[in-house]
Amino acid sequence: MCLGIPGEIISIEEDDQQMRKAKVRFGGITRDAYLDLVPDAAVGDYVIVHVGFAISKVDAEKAQQTFDLLEEMDKDNALSG
Amino acid sequence: MNLFPDCPLPLSEYPRVLLAHGGGGRLTQSLIEKMLLPSFDNPFLAPLHDGALLSFGEQRLAFSTDSYVVQPPFFPGGDIGRLAVFGTANDLAMCGARPLFLSCALILEEGLPMEELWRIIVSMKEAAQEAGVQIVTGDSKVVERGKGDGVFINTSGIGAVLPGVEVGPQRVRPGDEIVLSGPLGVHGIAIMALREGLSLDANVKSDSAPVFPMVRALVEEGIELHMLRDPTRGGLSAALNETARKSGVGMLIEEERLPIGPEVQGVCEILGLDPLYVANEGNFIAVVKEGQGERAVEVLRRHPLGKEAVPIGRAVPEHPGTVVMRTRIRGERIVDVMSGEQLPRIC
Amino acid sequence: MRYLDEYRDGAAAQKMLRQIARTVTHPWTVMEVCGSHTHALLKYGIDQLLPDELTLIHGPGCPVCVTPVEIIDQAIALATRPDVIFASYGDMLRVPGSGKDLLSVKAEGGDVRMVYSPLDALKLARENPDKKLVFFAIGFETTAPANAMAVFLAERDGVDNFFMLTSHVLIPPAMEAIAAAPANRVQGFLAPGHVCTVTGYTQYETLAAKYHIPIVVTGFEPLDLLQGIYMLVKQLEAGSHEVENQYARSVKREGNPQAQALIEKVFEVIDHKWRGIGVIPASGLRLKGPYARFDAAKALAVESPPSEEAPVCIAGLVLQGVKKPVDCPAFGTACTPEHCLGAPMVSSEGACAAYYLYARREETRA
Repeated sequence: MCLGIPGEIISIEEDDQQMRKAKVRFGGITRDAYLDLVPDAAVGDYVIVHVGFAISKVDAEKAQQTFDLLEEMDKDNALSG
Repeated sequence: MNLFPDCPLPLSEYPRVLLAHGGGGRLTQSLIEKMLLPSFDNPFLAPLHDGALLSFGEQRLAFSTDSYVVQPPFFPGGDIGRLAVFGTANDLAMCGARPLFLSCALILEEGLPMEELWRIIVSMKEAAQEAGVQIVTGDSKVVERGKGDGVFINTSGIGAVLPGVEVGPQRVRPGDEIVLSGPLGVHGIAIMALREGLSLDANVKSDSAPVFPMVRALVEEGIELHMLRDPTRGGLSAALNETARKSGVGMLIEEERLPIGPEVQGVCEILGLDPLYVANEGNFIAVVKEGQGERAVEVLRRHPLGKEAVPIGRAVPEHPGTVVMRTRIRGERIVDVMSGEQLPRIC
Repeated sequence: MRYLDEYRDGAAAQKMLRQIARTVTHPWTVMEVCGSHTHALLKYGIDQLLPDELTLIHGPGCPVCVTPVEIIDQAIALATRPDVIFASYGDMLRVPGSGKDLLSVKAEGGDVRMVYSPLDALKLARENPDKKLVFFAIGFETTAPANAMAVFLAERDGVDNFFMLTSHVLIPPAMEAIAAAPANRVQGFLAPGHVCTVTGYTQYETLAAKYHIPIVVTGFEPLDLLQGIYMLVKQLEAGSHEVENQYARSVKREGNPQAQALIEKVFEVIDHKWRGIGVIPASGLRLKGPYARFDAAKALAVESPPSEEAPVCIAGLVLQGVKKPVDCPAFGTACTPEHCLGAPMVSSEGACAAYYLYARREETRA
């Protein structure tokens, strides 16, 4: 129940319903998404979008953790031969 | 336990035709195999290939038909007319035949702007020139407003099978290599990006185009073609599954090899669509004799439409009739036929 | 696509798998609650790549699958009305009620429309003031804020022809029901990453402590799932029962406060029936206060015939993880994606559909 896709905020505007709407780029396409649930999201940020709403801002530092773990695994395995 | 005893009406599970029956997946197959095939029963229809192969003395001909109901009728990269010409020409090419003559039957809805009709006709003329075919006979009918969705086009075509070429599921052998001539999903996504309810800024243009020149190039370079299939309705999955099923071989394809452009990937991700099921135009799969895959790709890449040609897998003796894909993380999963229409999902 | 493709790297996945294999010394049974997790595990073939000692049980985290058949029947009854435009996400259109599904209603002339967002549904309501627009608001906590926003705006702007037929369910009560069941074999949970993006995971900490069961909040790409499983296995091997957050790039412990505030404003928690499982206390949401008038079930009198399930369908047992789809006598024969008897076969992330689509092992075993 969780199709949430990361995309980059390209531009932000207020629409005619006073909602905070952004153009978000996903790979090679852009689509609108509402930012009302992530008020601190700004142009250039990545957000996770679900049914037309951004539900979180992607934390780039935390995103790195998975790859840090992989590097650690390499080191451990190199040590243990 | 027999939950569904025999019923004279073959599709009693669905008392009415559903959109899914036109999706190119299982329900479409079901319609064809339970109702059409047994009714029209004859050896030319039975193979259920893209076209029928007919012989007149020495000359082998391919004969094919297709109807075009695409909405909206005008889309980036083309229109219904262009699609109608290239689509049928390509069905003939998939029989290993040079497309020669097309018929064109129009069903027009009362109220269709004349300007649009003219654009479509001009487009068909240009497409016919590009494909090297002549539209030699036709028909037009008008139905009342509200009964026709603008314009429906049927084109039927005749082509001359190239000498020495025999393609069909019966020729596919384990070990054969599967080559894909171009990127996946472009046409289907171009259409989807326009449809009501989707506000995408995708600059994706339909890649509808005649593929015969690529087929001819393969033949001229001596590639032994066993099977040709264009992955239109139902996508790559339908094309591979039908081939696997009818030929009785299994197929193994590599996810990492599949050419999927960033726009197609983007749209598929956000709508929850699988690019394997998205309709294509302007590309095809060729099942070639073992050992010839690399050469086939080389030949295709010399052609402007084949620049992204790639070998995607091979026919295998295991799991006959089933298509398996090795995922990018080296697991394996079955690529099944879509049951109906692929629906965008939120989950 | 950034934050997606790099989590699908084959070499990295193989590394994680090897690490998991090195860490496992004991058989463990874990459950991934979320249907999107099930879908991803099978789509990438991860289930076969994991060591045999690990048993994965697929949980009831498919909101489509668990929508009670009575609500589907109500949806069908509403969609059939000539004064109604019925808007729904694609997932729900082929779920069978007692008799037919929404797509059949469409084929019979009902105005059934697929939408990609609840605000699309609200827009349809504004554009068609002479009709009643009923939106089928299903989902877990992930979708609740968006659905809440639609009702909030409808109330703010007086869009009186907008209605919602809701079947909103909550994950932690379901997990508790599973953990508390006497026959429970689940020793660890992968918790849904997008649900937790909205709610945070403090409720899960309570569960972990109460039932001594480790929980890892996990994302949806192959590397996320593998890392989540690795973290869970490490805890199991060490005998710990903490809540860990694998999906930290999206999930914060406190979740999304704006989203939570909106849900709190518009919805109240109620007992809710889960299809195939039964009533789980405090596991659903209902519109409250000034928003209750948008509740389709209350505002639009719906008469549907008594609801019944196909007797052979074991969806309930599959959803609880007690049986696998392949154990069902109807799997692949009387029940297929073309002709479904139960919701887990229809929904793109239902366990039965995932098995049918990706993993019919018998035929593919070389």
